Amino acid sequence: MATLTKQQIGSILAKQGILIAFALFMIAFALGNPKFLTVDNLFSVVRSSAILGVMALGVTFVVISGNLDLSVGSMMSFSTIVVLDLHDKIGPFLAIPAMFLMTLALGGLIGFLVGYLKLNSLIVTLGMLSAIHGLTLTYSGGQNMDIADKEGTWFSVFGQGTALGIPVPILIFAGLAALLGLVLAKTPFGRKVYAVGGNGTAATFSGIRRARTVFTCYLMSAGCVATAGLIQASRSLGSQNTVGQGLELEVLAAVILGGASLLGGSGTVFKTVIGVLILGFIQNGLLLIGLQFYVQFVVTWVIIILAVWLDVAAKRGKLWSPIA
Amino acid sequence: MTDPILRLEGIVKTFPGVRALDNVSLSVLPGEVHALMGENGAGKSTLMKVLGGLHQPDGGGIYMGRDRIVMSGPLEAKANGIVFIHQELSLAEELSVAENIYLGELPRKSFGRVDWSRLAEQTNAILKKLNVGFDARTLVGDLSIANQQMVEIARALTVDAKAVIFDEPTASLTDAEKVVLFDVIADLKADGVGIIYISHRMEEIFKITDRITVLRDGEYQGTVETANADEESVTQMMIGRKLDLSRNASHHELGDVAIEVRGLSCGGLYQEIDFEIYRGEVVGFYGLVGAGRTEIAETLFGLRDPSAGKILLDGQEVRIHSPADAIARGISLVPEDRKGQGLVLGMNCRDNMTLPQVDDLKAGPFVAEGAEIAIFDLYRDRLDIRTPGWKQKVGNLSGGNQQKIVIGKWLSMHPNVLIVDEPTRGIDVGSKSEIHNLLRGLAAQGYAVMVISSEMPEVLHVSDRIVAMYSGRIMRTFTSDEVTEDSLIQAISGLGDHRAA
Repeated sequence: MATLTKQQIGSILAKQGILIAFALFMIAFALGNPKFLTVDNLFSVVRSSAILGVMALGVTFVVISGNLDLSVGSMMSFSTIVVLDLHDKIGPFLAIPAMFLMTLALGGLIGFLVGYLKLNSLIVTLGMLSAIHGLTLTYSGGQNMDIADKEGTWFSVFGQGTALGIPVPILIFAGLAALLGLVLAKTPFGRKVYAVGGNGTAATFSGIRRARTVFTCYLMSAGCVATAGLIQASRSLGSQNTVGQGLELEVLAAVILGGASLLGGSGTVFKTVIGVLILGFIQNGLLLIGLQFYVQFVVTWVIIILAVWLDVAAKRGKLWSPIA
Repeated sequence: MTDPILRLEGIVKTFPGVRALDNVSLSVLPGEVHALMGENGAGKSTLMKVLGGLHQPDGGGIYMGRDRIVMSGPLEAKANGIVFIHQELSLAEELSVAENIYLGELPRKSFGRVDWSRLAEQTNAILKKLNVGFDARTLVGDLSIANQQMVEIARALTVDAKAVIFDEPTASLTDAEKVVLFDVIADLKADGVGIIYISHRMEEIFKITDRITVLRDGEYQGTVETANADEESVTQMMIGRKLDLSRNASHHELGDVAIEVRGLSCGGLYQEIDFEIYRGEVVGFYGLVGAGRTEIAETLFGLRDPSAGKILLDGQEVRIHSPADAIARGISLVPEDRKGQGLVLGMNCRDNMTLPQVDDLKAGPFVAEGAEIAIFDLYRDRLDIRTPGWKQKVGNLSGGNQQKIVIGKWLSMHPNVLIVDEPTRGIDVGSKSEIHNLLRGLAAQGYAVMVISSEMPEVLHVSDRIVAMYSGRIMRTFTSDEVTEDSLIQAISGLGDHRAA
């Protein structure tokens, strides 16, 4: 039969809603401004989304495990400031691993508090957002951080370089997405992340070490943040203390836009990547059709709320229901 | 004959791919207790959701007296005097009993202030009728599950109910609490209220109902007068075949002792527990809720540290600190709360089944999905799990099939000791008997099986030996030859202390 029943349409929307929405956005913007669908523009959107995207990859693990991470924005500022500072002090070769270790330590602390001590992740990471900001300011003395010799360092390769004609940030984002996508979808660890987020008690009753799984998710998130900080530092070779401010919400928005449930247990790396791209293309498209930069914040959030609402509505088959 | 107070006529409800209800009718007379029976998935819940306005029927109608009613939602049902008492509680734990009962309709004084003294008065009047041991100001979170259920019932009594639907109300009640519940039902009956009573427990059905309506696979099987029916005929209507519930002791040789427990104690939960289970043996643990049986199982599975005593596996003393430890030592636990502890409902059948061994099923760094599917297929066939395929989410399966997934999950670990806590809670009769046969079969294959159950027929049916517990202590251990229902009830009620010195 050629016609689809209402239920079939509903089920397609529920499964592929995010892709359909993505396609519709692209078509709408392309019709609105011919420049939108040019290779240059597409590359520039993906490149500017890479930092957000790399962070969103890590947060995807945290969210699927049933927790939140609101500290990633301020943690990214920390990584950026630290690596820029150490660049001149001990050289890029040592600065990069040193910055990774320090960022991972912060992630480990959060993982310990949320995983082993079982503290609420919203409270812990909201507190860490503020605490890490303080740490960054203490470290920098409140000053902007700049590399002295901006022309003479190879450090700029992560943010400004290209390989095979593709910007390095895009390569890092794509490579990390492929790697983490495999980890989540195919490895025993990934399976455990879904189980812990889907039903932590049942996971424990199946012999899964829940605390360790949550801890590892936060470590991975911190690793992604450190990578994002590296790209950021390398791109600008100088930075304010607040470079990552507000990114935590954009990151979370991308993950949720991708369809991961805030309750845990669902979501995929691929969908998060789509969420990141949608966010990037919306912001770019709004600029191209001539809207003021500040309007973006409002429109972005309206679209996110709509997307989440449609997602929920498609799952229950109605726009509104007295029961969830 | 009087007119029915509530009538569901020719109800049809289809979901994508399933005809959940096919021309089902049910009528309740004033002052009648009408049992609605059927296996899980037979359509009882769907029918009640139609009655409650949560589903709109595709055909048929609902009548109160002579008036046809369109149930557009839960409020509509309430306005018509239809009250539901759900199996799953819907109470606010941080509020008092009184606030929960009158939620949304708190008595008011001037300026919208709550009239607390009148609230307490009204509530206590209802609680008195229910003969419960708590008062209006008690916090609901501080009550036992059974008492919370009584709060739910009290809430129903505040409405001027014409029909009350009880959905598995006794699932978590003790015998004493059941008596109170049945008194309440008798009072409602005397007031001319029509009652629909959903339960899997036959004794109750025959004790308190007047008529029985049976559904099977969404189809109406008929309505019988309870007085003219017996367990066998009703079961046959439900499952379309006969059921075997005879005693069932082993006729095979027992092996070595698989697990031995000596002097095990855990604070106030249980004390001085001694028992052993041989390979090839099913030992049933019988007692009231709170007798300490589940806590012993949790200790053996590493979820609870004992305060004294020891556990020996194959003669070796072991310390078990986590479920991972227990699993590594060959102990498996099918937990009592299937949905809360046994399964990740949003995960598919295969992933749930292989979860405890996902670290061992590897091809390089990845999970060996082929090996997983092979395990799933093996246990699907062996346990006759009915599912469209391994990709199906476990949450979409019926209770019986969900339980089989949990059992399959632990069998695939090839445990030395299999602990099964309330293996058939909330499961329909047909699947129940399959699970019983399965447990017997496992013993025959040489497994040591510990079965915890609160249902006497089940314990009698599956066990080689029965450990009777009361208030954290083992009162007596029976062999299946010597046990009688009377002696078992005495032992678990703490009447006469049979413990050997």
